[in-house]
Amino acid sequence: MSQSQYRPGPDANGLFGSFGGRYVAETLMPLVLDLAREYEAAKADPQFLEELAYFQRDYIGRPNPLYFAERLTEHCGGAKIFFKREELNHTGAHKVNNCIGQVLLARRMGKKRLIAETGAGMHGVATATVAARFGLPCVIYMGATDIERQQANVFRMKLLGAEIVPVTAGTGTLKDAMNEALRDWVTNVEDTFYLIGTVAGPHPYPAMVRDFQSIIGKETRAQLQEKEGRLPDSLVACVGGGSNAMGLFHEFLQEPSVQIIGVEAGGHGVHTDKHAASLNGGVPGVLHGNRTYLLQDNDGQITDAHSISAGLDYPGIGPEHAYLHEVKRVEYVSITDDEALDAFHATCRLEGIIPALESSHALAEAIKRAPNLPKDHLMVICLSGRGDKDMQTVMNHMAAQEKQA
Amino acid sequence: MSRLETRFAELKAEGRAALVTFVTAGDPGYDASLRVLKGLPAAGADVIELGMPFTDPMADGVAIQLATLRALEAGQTLAKTLQMVREFRVENQATPIVLMGYYNPIHRFGVDKFVAEAKQAGVDGLIIVDLPPEHDAELATPAQAAGIDFIRLTTPTTDDARLPRVLERSTGFVYYVSVAGVTGAGSATTEHVTEAVARLRRHTDLPVSVGFGIRTPEQAAAIARLADGVVVGSALVDKIAHAKDADQAVNDVLSLCSALAEGVRAARK
Repeated sequence: MSQSQYRPGPDANGLFGSFGGRYVAETLMPLVLDLAREYEAAKADPQFLEELAYFQRDYIGRPNPLYFAERLTEHCGGAKIFFKREELNHTGAHKVNNCIGQVLLARRMGKKRLIAETGAGMHGVATATVAARFGLPCVIYMGATDIERQQANVFRMKLLGAEIVPVTAGTGTLKDAMNEALRDWVTNVEDTFYLIGTVAGPHPYPAMVRDFQSIIGKETRAQLQEKEGRLPDSLVACVGGGSNAMGLFHEFLQEPSVQIIGVEAGGHGVHTDKHAASLNGGVPGVLHGNRTYLLQDNDGQITDAHSISAGLDYPGIGPEHAYLHEVKRVEYVSITDDEALDAFHATCRLEGIIPALESSHALAEAIKRAPNLPKDHLMVICLSGRGDKDMQTVMNHMAAQEKQA
Repeated sequence: MSRLETRFAELKAEGRAALVTFVTAGDPGYDASLRVLKGLPAAGADVIELGMPFTDPMADGVAIQLATLRALEAGQTLAKTLQMVREFRVENQATPIVLMGYYNPIHRFGVDKFVAEAKQAGVDGLIIVDLPPEHDAELATPAQAAGIDFIRLTTPTTDDARLPRVLERSTGFVYYVSVAGVTGAGSATTEHVTEAVARLRRHTDLPVSVGFGIRTPEQAAAIARLADGVVVGSALVDKIAHAKDADQAVNDVLSLCSALAEGVRAARK
């Protein structure tokens, strides 16, 4: 680990090292600059922060627990494993932390309409939720493939009053939904607030979303201090765009003793062409407003990501992760679909917690590492979401396996 | 003088606006697309914008998205797009070609290599949708140093505070996106365009071309009375979408181009 190289960012141009930036059409530039100004002002406004704290507490239900996963710890026989219980938040994932922050900002800016992209549907549900709470109309762009595999979340969004627009372009997944949301934004610049769900997009989104999610790490620090009287030894979180991971990691980046591990979706394996591991299997490029690692071919065409978990099925990654990867502050590994599913089942049986398939990637990496670590090693896993939305996917997978057997 | 400067100066002397046509390179396939490209000047195109296909055309509407997909499925690459320009330049030295698209394929190709090969191939200008002036150092500066114009998009949201920043390093011409939206979307009113062009002229001496939502010879003529250039893209690309084969695609694009050219040429008479 070379913490000495790590510098907290971004700079005034939204750059983390050479990653990030504002690669957007001119129509959007004035808005993006305006958003950065408004966000800076809001961050320094005690009234905004007070309001944010109120909704975090009374609406989301924070702080959520840092739970000692006793049986998983026994099962692994090594490191002491804790779950940061983001799945207990209102709406069932970490996504709402960011949505509450952005909707308060949207209201402050006088915007009248929310748009968002969603993959697994958790960000869509969280956006639809805050839209309902603040009485704003909301349009959610979702890939047709994802709509198919996340029916429960689609229905939840509809119940909450959101309009769902299926996107059939490309592979009909998160990347295509983001393209379509950007097209909506460019068309409705005056009244619309684009509520990006992850630490990607043009500056200030990567930093802003990270800030709204950083409560995960702040609570973790305080809670572990209370339980164990010290810092964690390692942190593990799954990374698609990477918002739950940045939320957990940010608080600890400048603590040299804390080892930090980000887990990418390895799909069928990073050596195949079916994965979503941008850092382990991609190269730097420019997409969706930022420079970052991307899955792409030699002509610079973006290639399709694959993961069993819709929320990780994206060919890019937040620019701060790209930077943390390059300066080697965070170690990025990958977990395959099958490994994630094994961890999913283990967590159901051992802890009575049904984790999201996204979070199951972090659990799988922890289960790999924990047995080789000493018993006084404190490991925190971000349990970013609950798995109710994944029942159909897991059922299909189990049925397919039974057929094979 | 660059080809773009020469062309706009000639047309100013003739007292008419330029017809700027957009087609996607490699749509519906390399050979047919090259026939379109070679045919456009004779069909009345004064400046050619050639789209570089990209899988994720965030600022484009359905017509150009589909054109991009057709081109990529037919195997178009950035290297082949540069090759098309080379082949075009064998016969035509007068008509400026502006490559238009997104940054990532160029980033992947390598900026220095791209700039050198584009210059050598006979490319006159670049329009890169997702490279605002804040990122000038990456491509605009090296391209201009090599003698390739960097054409900026200005939009209804580019206010007076931002406009000087956008125009500062613009060369070739200024492209006014008359509608806040994606390509092929609805069209702006004459009043809006008149006002916008007047505002741009207060800030720059460069020719002003207006695009987005211009589909017919009548619309082209209306804009040709107000601006130095009229850009038509989606309507031409739609002809390829609706053609039953490559021959029809080539013929239909060139016929529409001729009709648009008549509109533009008759506009100020």
